[in-house]
Amino acid sequence: MQFFDLVRASDAAAAIAAGAESVTAQQGASVRFLAGGTTLVDLMKLGVERPERLIDINRLGLDGIHKQNDGSLFVGATARNSDLAHHPLVRAGYAALSQAILAGASTQLRNTATTAGNLLQRTRCMYFRDPASACNKRKPGSGCPAIAGANRMLAILGTSDACIATNPSDMAVAMLAYDTVVHVQGASGIRQIPLADFYVLPGQRPDIETVLVPGDLVTHVILPAPPAGERSVYLKLRDRASYEFALVSAAAAVTLSGGKIVSARFALGGVGARPWRVGDAERALIGAAPSEMAFRNAAESCLKGARPQSHNGFKVELAKRCIVHAFKQITS
Amino acid sequence: MTNLVDNAVTPGDASDGRLRVKFRVNGEQCEVSIDPRVTLLDCLREVLHLTGTKKGCDHGQCGACTVHVGGRRVNSCLALAAAHEGDEIVTIEGLGKPGRLHPMQAAFLENDAYQCGYCTSGQIMSAVALLREPCSPSDDDVREFMSGNICRCGAYANIVRATQQVRREQQNNSSAQPAGA
Repeated sequence: MQFFDLVRASDAAAAIAAGAESVTAQQGASVRFLAGGTTLVDLMKLGVERPERLIDINRLGLDGIHKQNDGSLFVGATARNSDLAHHPLVRAGYAALSQAILAGASTQLRNTATTAGNLLQRTRCMYFRDPASACNKRKPGSGCPAIAGANRMLAILGTSDACIATNPSDMAVAMLAYDTVVHVQGASGIRQIPLADFYVLPGQRPDIETVLVPGDLVTHVILPAPPAGERSVYLKLRDRASYEFALVSAAAAVTLSGGKIVSARFALGGVGARPWRVGDAERALIGAAPSEMAFRNAAESCLKGARPQSHNGFKVELAKRCIVHAFKQITS
Repeated sequence: MTNLVDNAVTPGDASDGRLRVKFRVNGEQCEVSIDPRVTLLDCLREVLHLTGTKKGCDHGQCGACTVHVGGRRVNSCLALAAAHEGDEIVTIEGLGKPGRLHPMQAAFLENDAYQCGYCTSGQIMSAVALLREPCSPSDDDVREFMSGNICRCGAYANIVRATQQVRREQQNNSSAQPAGA
């Protein structure tokens, strides 16, 4: 591991000022915020991340979880994934979020990993994680061996001819379905970024994954109050029953009235360059009676434009069935 | 127990980039002077000579390095020691001793819950923590909550049995000593 300075930030302003000195907030960052470290320390050992300075943000009091006056849920950036998943407010109002977090990683990792760290975790693409390999995300312009290589786990949506990496998060999929907004404090002030706009598609610059710039500190996220009576579920399909990344996953939420769908929202994991949500696919469900055909139509719409690779064509059909099955679970 | 402070490496000065960190390990205050790259796992093993905690994958995938920080289990291989100023850390050495085993250690022995033993300290640290977590009493849930601890010998069935035995012991004897750490 390359040598680095470890600095404990005294407050958010100091952390932001120190972070602003980084050459980038994306791949190649010279300054990184240290929260749980479960992704960062792992990638530093591999030589994928090579920061010169780490800013420890664990003692800034950013770990709160509480309901706000307007009924929305405040989740601090350094709240631990375990605390979020088991929180009574989350279990009651955002079941798919609790289930998504508990479907990811192990208890030890969830006890350490944080909200912001989970949102910012990096792809598990084996070529990205191996500095001996070419990788456009790690080293733009070096090539993408995954496209003609081992791509079974990789993405079918939002990819480019430069990168087919999958966003690996379960938590972010549920948060996307719940219309979560990311609150960022940076060198130029405070911004509220809908999670739908937080990740950028790879295009020709897969090293750029988010809209964050140097100094940007995610302070918390806000989940709007769910519609009354909403039911939700997170369905994760994977090669092993536990402690495995998704082949395909779906966070789905629905509200019914008089036998008709009043509201529907869903997002997919394991298939996209970023957590994947398609507004048109959801709107097609509004006013429909819950049925396999209605869900299948929404699934077809969501997967439109899917571009399978040589070893992951199965994900297209698996994703559709995952959506149908998730909605059947919460409408039966 | 050995004097942890005396076993610490020679304190350096600011020029060599070392950081001075204080935390409590198994109830004893200790102070170390370490390179910021040193993980909690390496600090425990190489600096404090507490070698009961094992290094398996060193990437948070196998669970052999599981210790308790602030009463919760974590992968010590992914934790930077210098980020744990003031924390309360418990390792397998802090759970029990020969002749005075923690109930989970005794249950692992009784149920033959290991073969080579390399993963065992991590398994026991996880199993002890699990009984304080919102884990239902079903074997399925115990397996799910233990999935972060890999056993290449495949002692899983007996690990579940040992864990469930201690759960029942705790339930049957609510006045028993709390499960350590």
